[in-house]
Amino acid sequence: MQRIGVFVCHCGSNIAATVDVKKVVEMALLEQGVVHAEDYPYMCSEAGQSRIAAAVAEKKLTGIVVCSCSPRMHEATFRKAAERAGINPYMVEIANIREHCSWIHKDMVEATEKATILMRAAVAKVHLNAPLQAGESMVTKRALVIGGGIAGIQTAIDIADAGYKVDIVEKTPSIGGRMSQLDKTFPTLDCSACILTPKMVEAAAHENITIHTYSEVEKVAGFVGNFTVDIRKKARFVDIAKCTGCGVCQEKCPSKKTPNEFNRGLNNRSAIYTPFAQAIPNVPVIDTTACIKFKTGKCGVCEKVCQAGAINYAQQDEIITENYGAIVVATGFDTIKLDNYGEYAYGQSKDVITSLELERVMNAAGPTKGHLERLSDGKAPKEIVFIQCVGSRCSDDRGKPYCSKICCMYTAKHAMLIRDKYPDTNVTVFYIDVRTPGKNFDEFYRRAVEDYGVNYIKGQVGKVIPQPDGSLLVQGVDLLDQKQILKKADMVVLATAIEPNPDVRKIATMLTASIDTNNFLTEAHPKLRPVESPTAGVFLSGVCQGPKDIPETVAQAGAAAVKVIGLLAKDKLKTNPCTAKADELLCNGCSTCANVCPYGAISYETKLINDHGIREDRRVAVVNNALCQGCGACTVACPSGAMDLQGFSNRQILAEVDAICR
Amino acid sequence: MQELINRAKALLESGEVARVLGWRKGENVWDVEPAFFNNAEELENFVYNGFCGANLSKYMIEASKLEGKTLVFLKPCDTYSFNQLTKEHRVDREKAYIIGVGCKGKLKVENIDAKGILDVIGADYPDAAETLTVKTLYGDTEVSYKSAMLERCHVCKGKEHMVYDELIGESVDTIDADRFAEVAKIEAMSPEEKFAFFQSELSKCIRCNACRNVCPACSCRKCVFDSNKFDSAQKANTTSFEEKMFHIIRAFHVAGRCTDCGECSRVCPQGIPLHLFNRKFIKDINELYGDFQAGADIDARGPLTNFQLDDCEPDIVTKRG
Amino acid sequence: MSINNDFRPTIVAFCCNWCSYAGADLAGSSRLAYPADVKIIRVPCSCRVNPMFILRAFEKGADGVILCGCHPGDCHYSTGNYYARRRMTLLFSMLDYLGVENGRTRVEWVSAAEGVKFSETMNSFVEKVRSLGPNVRLGDLRCKN
Repeated sequence: MQRIGVFVCHCGSNIAATVDVKKVVEMALLEQGVVHAEDYPYMCSEAGQSRIAAAVAEKKLTGIVVCSCSPRMHEATFRKAAERAGINPYMVEIANIREHCSWIHKDMVEATEKATILMRAAVAKVHLNAPLQAGESMVTKRALVIGGGIAGIQTAIDIADAGYKVDIVEKTPSIGGRMSQLDKTFPTLDCSACILTPKMVEAAAHENITIHTYSEVEKVAGFVGNFTVDIRKKARFVDIAKCTGCGVCQEKCPSKKTPNEFNRGLNNRSAIYTPFAQAIPNVPVIDTTACIKFKTGKCGVCEKVCQAGAINYAQQDEIITENYGAIVVATGFDTIKLDNYGEYAYGQSKDVITSLELERVMNAAGPTKGHLERLSDGKAPKEIVFIQCVGSRCSDDRGKPYCSKICCMYTAKHAMLIRDKYPDTNVTVFYIDVRTPGKNFDEFYRRAVEDYGVNYIKGQVGKVIPQPDGSLLVQGVDLLDQKQILKKADMVVLATAIEPNPDVRKIATMLTASIDTNNFLTEAHPKLRPVESPTAGVFLSGVCQGPKDIPETVAQAGAAAVKVIGLLAKDKLKTNPCTAKADELLCNGCSTCANVCPYGAISYETKLINDHGIREDRRVAVVNNALCQGCGACTVACPSGAMDLQGFSNRQILAEVDAICR
Repeated sequence: MQELINRAKALLESGEVARVLGWRKGENVWDVEPAFFNNAEELENFVYNGFCGANLSKYMIEASKLEGKTLVFLKPCDTYSFNQLTKEHRVDREKAYIIGVGCKGKLKVENIDAKGILDVIGADYPDAAETLTVKTLYGDTEVSYKSAMLERCHVCKGKEHMVYDELIGESVDTIDADRFAEVAKIEAMSPEEKFAFFQSELSKCIRCNACRNVCPACSCRKCVFDSNKFDSAQKANTTSFEEKMFHIIRAFHVAGRCTDCGECSRVCPQGIPLHLFNRKFIKDINELYGDFQAGADIDARGPLTNFQLDDCEPDIVTKRG
Repeated sequence: MSINNDFRPTIVAFCCNWCSYAGADLAGSSRLAYPADVKIIRVPCSCRVNPMFILRAFEKGADGVILCGCHPGDCHYSTGNYYARRRMTLLFSMLDYLGVENGRTRVEWVSAAEGVKFSETMNSFVEKVRSLGPNVRLGDLRCKN
């Protein structure tokens, strides 16, 4: 049986002017288990708190009810006061008789009656309160960043600069990501490689950063502060320690017919390759699907020409296991496949290309050495048509419902660069809307229109028809002039929608991080916690969370790093004690609770259970207190009532219901 | 039936299964009961006839804990329950050898009694008969087969078994009524009529727990009504929470998991149409969240452990009138 | 049905800690009155509300029960209110099916900024329950009177 003390606050006149506090005290003393009740002008004051301490000592209280303002205001204050007085802070309940009573009611009798009922409900709850202890878990002071694009690189550098170890796991043979494929960047038109490569070098040289390229996350176990991750380091067949990056192997490799991924398949590469010249590490990998040695057993040219003796055909995939305190997902994006957009003749004509392909065409290291030319015949295009929103803002399931966000700006960039370098080439842009929110963005777009004479047409293109003479006939509509447009073009560029990297689904499942219907990772709160996943210890950086341009990506990467640093700076994590708990004797092991848990906090164990003499192995739910945030979704999903929420248990809430309704 | 016994004997003899879960003859042709058979001798009492309505899936919970495999006979509709129990980790698929038995609709002796045919001593059960010959103390009499069927067979889920190791016998789809017609009829009533209907039905309840005990979805190790977690377990107290709210809470607990096997209504000694609760939830789920049949797909997410961002709001109940 | 002005209903409001309870606090600090018949129970999330709590309230004499949570998409725990929405939809539909007046139950999404909405919601809900009169049918779902 609890010994409960009830403390009624006047809050000056805020409560006492409408609620007869003396009457509430009097009524409290009639409640079962209440051994002490008093009122005081300001319970939250030092003096008020010491009255609580005195009553605890004198009356040997085990539970406390404070009738005062909202628990959102002073619950923490009174819990601390209780702790100082020597009782568990979770033995305190607040009856909110200010915001929910005195401030909204005018009639004193009515308000006093209601305050009494709220007091009773709190007393009924405290009867069933149990002391709760905040748990502790250790923090491994090392972070993992999945993805080595600009988002991952920036996050890693920021964490490393704060003095913590970071590992980057990158799937491809080099870090750099999408940004390394870009030619120039908006709105300043500076060269992408010029600003990215120093960052890549910085990451590679950083004493706190370890980079695992050509590697993938294979398995994730554990929870915030204590993740254990298996990383598969795919066999490169080239010894990183020995290779000098001279590039002779790539020159001499006789198999040169594999589409070059880095150039979006616009030209070919050798079987042994580095994706691009500034690759980090500058160590090639052998593509076994193209390598003659692997396919026929005969060749071995690269091994022969390698002065360093770095080629090793016997190399095997290696799995390493590392421990981390935090994981950052920075898996980035790709452009969508255009199979559903046959009307644009992509795939039919070599001169219909995506914007990312145009980046490679315009890049000095690209397939045309930076010359703007038609990929079909190498001629300089005189008429170029850009089509916006190809697969973005799509109302049916052919494309994506969202705005890809970057296309308006990069199209303005492309148009401007082309008009600048090739003034006799006409550029036409078909758009739905031009969206330019961002610093210096609208000015940039207006320059394209006003200074560079880019022809913007509001309207959509219905069809691109390849003509016998090699040109392209673009059928569109001008919505402002309400007329059909037929335009001959030499080249058509599609502002193709971006989508999260397809691998992110697999990674999200491993991390139990939630993902939305478009495969973007979900943030813990869309406004207030945009770089955290709802899964504790998992953070989001870059486009994996939603479409972003480079400055936004870098800003978010830094924000994610700060969150990681904040976590790693702690030696131990205090866990919220109001977590779910399964009663092993009642648990069916049915998995229903785990299905509704947003944090992946529930797992199942087979345990030997002694159920009143019946000893048997049973599958039972186990809640990880470090992951559980205490929402209670599982408690209602559980048919047997085995799952309950500490601090808000079924019996506690029912006791409040009964007290209010009696 | 002999084919089932022979196959069961062969599987027992080969050691493939350790026991058989089937139906045992009773004193009368209609009072068959679920039973375990451990050897060929015991199998002499095995029966499979038109009165084998009992769904054996739930007994597999206990059988899953035993050494060796259990041969279980499941009718097409029973396999949904078995799947649902597998999904909830309550039965172990590896511990079951499932013979999918043919079913041509199961009978309810009360339906025969209700026709004023008294002192029934037996009924033959020919394949796919139009009429059923009922033997009584006063001689044979005939009734139409369909008129003697269980309610659930009139809304048969189909003749396909959802899970099995082998199939013996033919099944027919006996559906001849709209599954949700009864529910829709009640929905169309005025609140007063609805209330009067349920008042008259539920006041018959004697809280014998037969529905709970037979229900394959009510498979909790300990029912909330027997535990102290909700202060809902109170003995012999007619004014208790348990007494008053039992059926609605039971229906809610099995919502999204109930396969509509109809066992609750079959076993209710008071003849309360308990399936009308479960079927209301199923109808709502189908209408509001898309068609869902519990137990059809073992990997499907249950409707109450799932959501869509654009689900309807609860006020749809008021809005749809 | 004539409205009995003397009838003071008992109304239980379950409010999630993050949005609706804060919305109720804001209604209080903005002095936006609503009848004292409403008593609030704080829960961490709307998904913590078990249908049994609601039935229990009715059994013990509540005349109306309202559940308030964060707006869909704004749940502090990401998905809690989506589950609550389905559970309550099905429960309310069942109560309606049993002939219980559907005006006695309501779900309303109230954000921490919506003190006005909280107050208006409570005012309209109390008015509705008053018009329905004392709860008789939900007292006992065996429906024995």
